[in-house]
Amino acid sequence: MIVTLSLVILTPIVMCICLSVKSSLLFESLPVGKIFFTSAWEPSKGNFGFLPFILSSIFITFLAVLIAGPVCLFSALYLTQYARVRLVRIMQPVIDILAGIPSVVYGVWGIIVIVPFVSNVVAPLFHIQTTGYTLIAGGIVLAVMITPFILNILIEILRTIPSELSEATLSLGATKWEVIKHVIVRKAKPGIVSAFGLGVSRAFGETIAVLMVAGNVAKIPGGLFDPVYPLPALIANNYGEMMSIPLYDSALMMAALILFVSILVFNFFSRISIYHLERNL
Amino acid sequence: MLHMTKEKIHIENLEVSIGKEHILKNINCTIPEKKITVILGPSGCGKTTLLKSMNRLTDLYSDVKINGKIELNGKNIYNGISDINDLRRKMGLLSQRPAPLPMNIFNNVAYGLKISGRRKKRYLRLRVEHYLKQANLWDEVKDRLYSPANSLSIGQQQRLCLARGLAVDPELILADEPTSSLDPISSQAIENRLMELKNHYTIIVVTHALRQARRIADYIIFLYLGEIIEQCEASEFFNNPKNEITKAYLRGSFN
Amino acid sequence: MKNSKYRKNEEKIFIMLMQASCGIILLIMGLILLTILRKGIPAFSWEILTSVPKGGFYFGGEGGILNAIIGSIYLAMGATFIALIISLPTALFLNVHLRKYRKLQNAIRLFIDILWGIPSVVYGSFAFTIMIYFGLRASLIAGILTVAVFIAPIMIRSMDETLKTVPLILYEAATSLGSTKFEISYKVFFKQCIPGMVTAILLSFGRAIGDAASVLFTTGFTDNIPKSLTQPAATLPLSIFFQLTSPIPEVRERAYAAALILTIIILLISITGRGISLRYMNNQIK
Repeated sequence: MIVTLSLVILTPIVMCICLSVKSSLLFESLPVGKIFFTSAWEPSKGNFGFLPFILSSIFITFLAVLIAGPVCLFSALYLTQYARVRLVRIMQPVIDILAGIPSVVYGVWGIIVIVPFVSNVVAPLFHIQTTGYTLIAGGIVLAVMITPFILNILIEILRTIPSELSEATLSLGATKWEVIKHVIVRKAKPGIVSAFGLGVSRAFGETIAVLMVAGNVAKIPGGLFDPVYPLPALIANNYGEMMSIPLYDSALMMAALILFVSILVFNFFSRISIYHLERNL
Repeated sequence: MLHMTKEKIHIENLEVSIGKEHILKNINCTIPEKKITVILGPSGCGKTTLLKSMNRLTDLYSDVKINGKIELNGKNIYNGISDINDLRRKMGLLSQRPAPLPMNIFNNVAYGLKISGRRKKRYLRLRVEHYLKQANLWDEVKDRLYSPANSLSIGQQQRLCLARGLAVDPELILADEPTSSLDPISSQAIENRLMELKNHYTIIVVTHALRQARRIADYIIFLYLGEIIEQCEASEFFNNPKNEITKAYLRGSFN
Repeated sequence: MKNSKYRKNEEKIFIMLMQASCGIILLIMGLILLTILRKGIPAFSWEILTSVPKGGFYFGGEGGILNAIIGSIYLAMGATFIALIISLPTALFLNVHLRKYRKLQNAIRLFIDILWGIPSVVYGSFAFTIMIYFGLRASLIAGILTVAVFIAPIMIRSMDETLKTVPLILYEAATSLGSTKFEISYKVFFKQCIPGMVTAILLSFGRAIGDAASVLFTTGFTDNIPKSLTQPAATLPLSIFFQLTSPIPEVRERAYAAALILTIIILLISITGRGISLRYMNNQIK
């Protein structure tokens, strides 16, 4: 038992060390500034500028959470504060099924529905011509994917808020919405922020679905209708050919390391904050 | 004695069930105005449910079914009430565990006033001071009105909740075992407050502590397994109980 | 009075917003399933389900994706099995032996929760690097191990959640009867939580069969059904991915059918898991 436990604990540490060692080769041959703050990505010439990928990842993640966040928050509030038992009984399996659908299926759905929708309906509204494989398409698909995840955490958090608190507030003559606005949301705020934080890390690391709809052009995106090329897609797309070019593997390990570390940090703070919230109730 | 005081709440044929469980059966009673009525009974007999059906907090739970009539000032609250928030505002609630709102001390008391549209700083300040004094908390908190309410001790929090409830100018105070989570000294402080407040408010206290009932009750409603066993003046209840179950309960045969 | 009207209207507007949000979620769910069904059913045939790719398959030729279906099932079963070997003792250890050490328990839970969030592509690329270091080629076993490492935290935490519900009394009773911690773990805790364990295993299996990024480099892709652990294997998510990016319409059609098959597998797992936990809950009350 101790063996398996230590195995579970050691694996990620070994992983982190391995990734660091591998990607350190890149630092030896290129200055840090050039790696993080330039956008020239020419592996065969030895130029590895991560900026477009990092920005792509940040933009698409931000967009996804921006779309999914309010929908999740409103639904979670409705399901925990207003909804009848029957609706909750319908929604729970729906959320579970959405959470279980594999990311490749979301990708298929994105290509069949969202990409043409962006290209034929949304973009013409702004007089833009595009294939549809864009930041906004990726953001929408990603938003749908992280929705069940965020929603589940939010519901769990909102259920821990003691009912005495809303009873007390109602007794002061508040409407139910005022209870939510002034008391429940305020009380659950650290938890809500953490749920979004976990959503961010989920979106940040999502690979296949994003790879399928985001367009994958290594350029700093200038708007919603530009293609993007997030870090996970970079890794997945180039793994096959990396062996033939020097330093290419280090660069991809570097991408993996960036993902690994930023997600660890995000998850760490979100989880800590949720633990504290649950303990203080 | 009873017929000399006005009746504040009148309950007729009240039946409450939660899910498949029949919690309250055929409840008929009256609550006299400006007295302390104690709803007494062993744990799990439906006391809290009875209290919460009076300000319709039972609405919050979708599997609660209610039949019968509860009249406040002669008007049925389950039929033809236009403003449920207003109804609840008329009844200040003091719960088992103090539930301070996630705001500072000042805003906890001012909240009820603010949502009903009174926002002038000077007015709020005067009112907050007034009600904190009524709840006997002013001297302890006047220097830290803007620190968070949950930095107070449990006993202080409960008095804060009392002040908060009073601030919306209710007609009734519903107290659901208000001292069960407090230490003896804080409990006494709350009890003393209630005794003083009964000149202005109709007070209903739910408790399973006989001694507390003896100390504060003017009128007793004794509940057992969802039915009213006896309801009468406190002195009569304690000195001259009529029902066998009441006698057994007073002897301490069950709790 | 004006104030109260304003407040009521505000509440109405926000209730509408909240209902709309729930509606959107239901709608999206319906839309996804409908799309997969509508595109998948016309493209579906017995041939797809029961044969492996034949010559020219990826240019619209004959054949099916049996290789990927079997490959995925092998992979997911293998990975779930290995993850189970790692997870069950860990989860039991966490709940039985570490019962006294609250702080350590919570620290480990926190650690595993954080691991849960690491994307599979990171596991995949890490595993690939190790394989290159040892000069190994993409194979079924490499995929199984990678996926096992990636689903283990999920399995541990969901087992942990059910084990947490075992009442303290049961633990104390077992101890006072003189059982060792090992006996308590397997005889009391494990038996008490079997339905929850099955749900945890199904959840992890669903994760294993649906993930593409971790198998992309480790398992490879082949048109044959793997005959040994050291051969590469095709998987459903990758088969969908590769066919969908094809310029030939017939090939893309087959991707839809494959997506339908994968979705049905996932739905079946989800429904089974739900059924078990519902039944379990009924038993608990009685």
